[in-house]
Amino acid sequence: MNHAVFANQSQLGRAPGRSPIRRQALLPQLAARGIRRFHATGGIIRNVCLGFAVFACALSWCPRSFAQESPYIVTYDHYLEEPGSLDVEYYSTFGTQRAGNDFHAYWIEFEYGATAWWTTELYFDGQTTFGDSSLFTGFRWENRFRLLQREHFINPVLYVEYEQTSGADKILKEVEGHDVESDYGEPNATLSKEHDHEMEFKLLLSRNTHGWNFAVNPIMTKNLSNDPWEFGYGMGASRPLALKASAQRCNLCPENFVAGVEMYGGLGDRYHSGLHNTSQYIAPVLAWNLPSDWTFRLSTGFGLNDNSHRFLLRWGVSREFPGFGQAIERLFGGKR
Amino acid sequence: MKIAGLRRPAASTLAAVFALFLCVAVALTQTQTVPVPSGHNPVYDELEKVPEKARSRPNPLERDPDAPVAGKKLFEDHCAECHGDAAAGRKRGPGLRAEEVQQSSPGALFWILTNGVVRHGMPVWSKLPEPQRWQIVTYLKTLGSAPPGAH
Repeated sequence: MNHAVFANQSQLGRAPGRSPIRRQALLPQLAARGIRRFHATGGIIRNVCLGFAVFACALSWCPRSFAQESPYIVTYDHYLEEPGSLDVEYYSTFGTQRAGNDFHAYWIEFEYGATAWWTTELYFDGQTTFGDSSLFTGFRWENRFRLLQREHFINPVLYVEYEQTSGADKILKEVEGHDVESDYGEPNATLSKEHDHEMEFKLLLSRNTHGWNFAVNPIMTKNLSNDPWEFGYGMGASRPLALKASAQRCNLCPENFVAGVEMYGGLGDRYHSGLHNTSQYIAPVLAWNLPSDWTFRLSTGFGLNDNSHRFLLRWGVSREFPGFGQAIERLFGGKR
Repeated sequence: MKIAGLRRPAASTLAAVFALFLCVAVALTQTQTVPVPSGHNPVYDELEKVPEKARSRPNPLERDPDAPVAGKKLFEDHCAECHGDAAAGRKRGPGLRAEEVQQSSPGALFWILTNGVVRHGMPVWSKLPEPQRWQIVTYLKTLGSAPPGAH
């Protein structure tokens, strides 16, 4: 991302000393710019309800399968979606913002296992900035290719993504370059004027040993305009709370929980690489894999320097639909 | 809900991208490798390619009385979608009651489970912890040549 340098205080922000009267006075200006503003809390409730409605509709559709998902939200391990399965995921990120308004960003993703070595994924992103507005912020199309057929000491997967987002995108799905907290402090009206067309490449390196998963993801991003290459990373470690499965089917068995920690941040760009003027985060993560195909994830991220958001609370819910590919095939006249 | 920022050009782009995504999904499902559920399946040949060291590895949970039950549960959760509830095979996965499978060593089955047969559509299952993979192997070995539905 290449946000404009933070120069102005958020017009509707809750910066120290800002009075409600001043906020009221600014509303007509925003209306004149064509921004539909609604109460932030109501917006969040509507978004969350929408997300749950999608999953509730899908609840009764698919056959039994049990997702064994990793707890990471930013980092990827080397496991792809099972062939023919569709994983529908909804995520939320609540972020604090110094010198600006806190925000709630959300995305829905459709992850499809095209083959045992290729997974393709589509994201739609949006965000609500409290006291400002809600807006759709873009889409991403991601592809992951398994490079080696068998398991090795380290297992590489190539990640290629095209994203078309606005500068108001705040999902923080990855952090790269010189992305810093102040980039997100401006009003949505200003941020949404910027449009990013980016190609993002990652090398997903991952290893499972003694029940632990260790994953490292170097990131390279190129804005398709004339911006330089930007770099970042994500890495994580996780382990199920129990390695052996219990004989009974249960929701709260320890093997259904996977706990870990991930760390991610920017590494500068081609001309100014390194940690200077970058944001860095560390986040304990937890996944709860339910026998009914649902997976819940929770992550509490903490900024490690003054350029980072102090706190990022992320949660996600996903539902796997095994046999989606075959259902589509039958829909178009394929043989059973 | 009308959302600011979703202008008409963006909406049409979204529709196009989603349609493309669906087309890709359909095209890929039409071209999936389709193993034959009955008879000799080329996937069985992979059992012959298991390294000797892996083949001779003993099953540490062979005498665990809970392992077959837990393995059955894991099989239903992760494997039955392709191999069938009774492990008799389906379009996407071969039967696991076949002689080729039942005569294989536990180590060979564990190795296949760990490494998958990626080019024939079977994903790697090393994301399951090692004891859980052994539990599945234990369950598979209990199937023997029993008729489907016996378990």
